Amino acid sequence: MSAVLRGPVPAQGESGFTATAFNRRTLAFVIAAFVLVVAASEALAQIRTTGGSRGIVDALIKWTPLLLFGPPGEFGGFFLNIVVSFLAMAIGTVAGLTLGLGQISLHAPVRRVSWAVTQLFRNSPWLVLLFFVMLLMPYQVTVGGVTIPLPDWLKATFGLSLPIMANMAEIVRGAVNSIPTSQWECAESLAFTRMQTLWRIILPQCVKRMVPPWMNWYAILTMATPLISIVGVNDAMTLAQDALAAEQKTELLMPMYGMLLVFFFLYCYPIARWTIYLERKYAVKI
Amino acid sequence: MESLWDALRSLHDAQGINLVQFYNDFERSRLLRGMWTTVQLAVICIGFSVVIGIVGAWLQGSRHRLLRAVVQGYIQFFRNTPPLVQMYFFYFALGPQMPRIVNEYGIAQPMLGSFEWAVISLSFFAGAFNVEIFRSGIEAVQKSTVEAADSLCFNRLQTYRYVVLPLALRFCLPALNNNLVNLAKTTTQAYAIAVPETLYVASQIWSDHINVLEMMITLLTFYLVLVGVIVWLMTRLERALAVPGFGR
Amino acid sequence: MPSTTASAKPPIAHGWTPDQPIISIRDVHKSFGEVEVLKGVTLDVRKGEVVCIIGPSGSGKSTLLRCINALVPIDKGSIKVEGQEVHDPALDKLALRKKVGMVFQSYNLFPHKTALENIMMAPLLVLKRPKNDVEAQALRLMKKVRLGGKENAYPGELSGGQQQRVAIARSLAMNPDVMLFDEVTAALDPETVKEVLVTIRELAEEGMTCILVTHEMGFAREVGDHIYFTDRGVIVEHGPPATFFSEASDPRTREFLSQIL
Repeated sequence: MSAVLRGPVPAQGESGFTATAFNRRTLAFVIAAFVLVVAASEALAQIRTTGGSRGIVDALIKWTPLLLFGPPGEFGGFFLNIVVSFLAMAIGTVAGLTLGLGQISLHAPVRRVSWAVTQLFRNSPWLVLLFFVMLLMPYQVTVGGVTIPLPDWLKATFGLSLPIMANMAEIVRGAVNSIPTSQWECAESLAFTRMQTLWRIILPQCVKRMVPPWMNWYAILTMATPLISIVGVNDAMTLAQDALAAEQKTELLMPMYGMLLVFFFLYCYPIARWTIYLERKYAVKI
Repeated sequence: MESLWDALRSLHDAQGINLVQFYNDFERSRLLRGMWTTVQLAVICIGFSVVIGIVGAWLQGSRHRLLRAVVQGYIQFFRNTPPLVQMYFFYFALGPQMPRIVNEYGIAQPMLGSFEWAVISLSFFAGAFNVEIFRSGIEAVQKSTVEAADSLCFNRLQTYRYVVLPLALRFCLPALNNNLVNLAKTTTQAYAIAVPETLYVASQIWSDHINVLEMMITLLTFYLVLVGVIVWLMTRLERALAVPGFGR
Repeated sequence: MPSTTASAKPPIAHGWTPDQPIISIRDVHKSFGEVEVLKGVTLDVRKGEVVCIIGPSGSGKSTLLRCINALVPIDKGSIKVEGQEVHDPALDKLALRKKVGMVFQSYNLFPHKTALENIMMAPLLVLKRPKNDVEAQALRLMKKVRLGGKENAYPGELSGGQQQRVAIARSLAMNPDVMLFDEVTAALDPETVKEVLVTIRELAEEGMTCILVTHEMGFAREVGDHIYFTDRGVIVEHGPPATFFSEASDPRTREFLSQIL
């Protein structure tokens, strides 16, 4: 099992294959589909309720600010999803870089431990890791007499950064291994230390290779952020459910969930296109 | 077995390490049922998503632009939206639109339960990735090989079934492997619509017995084994399909 | 062998008799985007004849072969195989391709099937012939191309020349009336070229109608009944090998021959 778990960098997103040519029609199609869904549910609404079709659009407009920015004076909504994604990505990237370099360490125990940690967090379900952190991390930490509270959203951010860390470590390891050995030998012959070689020669060459998969993982992370609603954080998903509970209208279900899907689509689709663009651009040059 | 359970029981008394999910018959059977549900969910979704991938990739080669646009729209939508929201959309928004059926006790119930909706939503989610994976595999099949099939009078379906697909499958196994592992991990999110799978059952057990750490380690071990089994099976498939002198 | 199974063929098109050209090409034009590859090609092939098409790369030779097999549509003109218009939209392409076998420069064997399976696939799937028959014929064909014993080898385990001979056998298994060879030795090592040419020569001697696009001038001279020289999409000159190689009149032909020979 150990051998197989060490597979290539996962191609959950684009990294494995080149996608079809840029297609503005796809975007148009998805938006059209959404409009269709809303229209269909309006038609349903007209049949079922006396409220008429205005009701749905009005309700969606009414709840949109809440879904986007959370309750007034509080921190939440889609904005929180984005903040969590940024933070988790930042933490995951730094930790993953460390872990990835740990995997190519000359010190065998460091290498083995880094490898085991990477495999553990790469192959565990995100939701399980999220529960793991939510339930086992304290609600506050005391460092040198100063008590720092750890709100749920921050704990959730740590939870989401764990799989990112492990996958980043794989990306780093893969990129470093893809640099020809001759580069190491050449640097060594010029009397660079190992650290100098790594930071001045090898890693700069890796950046281009790492950017597309890194962005791909960012998109995956963003799409995983609604998971934090399960553990009770006020993200867009939680608020959408609150809004639906407040309205108590079944005809609002599809448009509301549809709207949430569109929020994420509008944010993630451009990232996906950009990733493919960069992947192609860098693929030619390297 | 009984002696092992007794040993675990005394471990709880002596050390406070509570492995109630093993030594208690009720909790053990509940956990095993949850694991079995996860396995079923994973296997059924893998099956459906692979079928969606194969059919979708075939449709992408269609001459009808509209058909291609629909497949492309499906892929892009499911790849670029959160799987959890997709699942909620299916279960909470589409679910109530489905006709209700009357069960044997005379009570009206939804035609599809949460397990079925989890299967549908996860299959479509992973299927969208599979379409792209199979398509890239198909693109890797040399055009000249397809031309040879043409010149031997194979029709489009025969060419796809006997030449393109067997070769494409071999090209795309590594990417497929990754996606299926990912699918198996994503089954945990069925927790959110109360499918009694492993995570759901585990959360019940740790709520009842406050043994979060022990349950977490059990959970992580279970999923590592599940992923390991899938990877092992895929590696065996890869070996079984290996053709001398083809690929590497 | 082709003649013995000719009765199993679909009925011959209306009005065609075996004394007429089996392939008749008239003023064929074909462009890929801006580039006109064929600019009015006309030629006839009679039954049992071996026609060699020679000429510089990019002169449209391979495209012409692909047009005959309806792998590539033409823009203008007519191609008739046994009196049947190839580019008639109503034509059953499968019926045509059953009459015309094609061998490619890059062999194009199916890499996931053994040599024998490669030969058997089309007769089983397309012609729906009984498996015993097909297998017996495939084994015969393997012997015929001197590959007896290699039946269970995968293409990846065979040399280029061996793969190409399997490809020839694979085409023959469909009992075609005409064989098209598209630079079949161009991708081969010099040592293995000979074994493939031997196979083709035997076919020609048995009376198979063949069209060869080739760079092997010596071979063209030896087995060809008629040589066509193409350049930039037109047939510059043609004639029987005896006169063609010694008395070529067009300067383009002479220049080409002087470079090759």
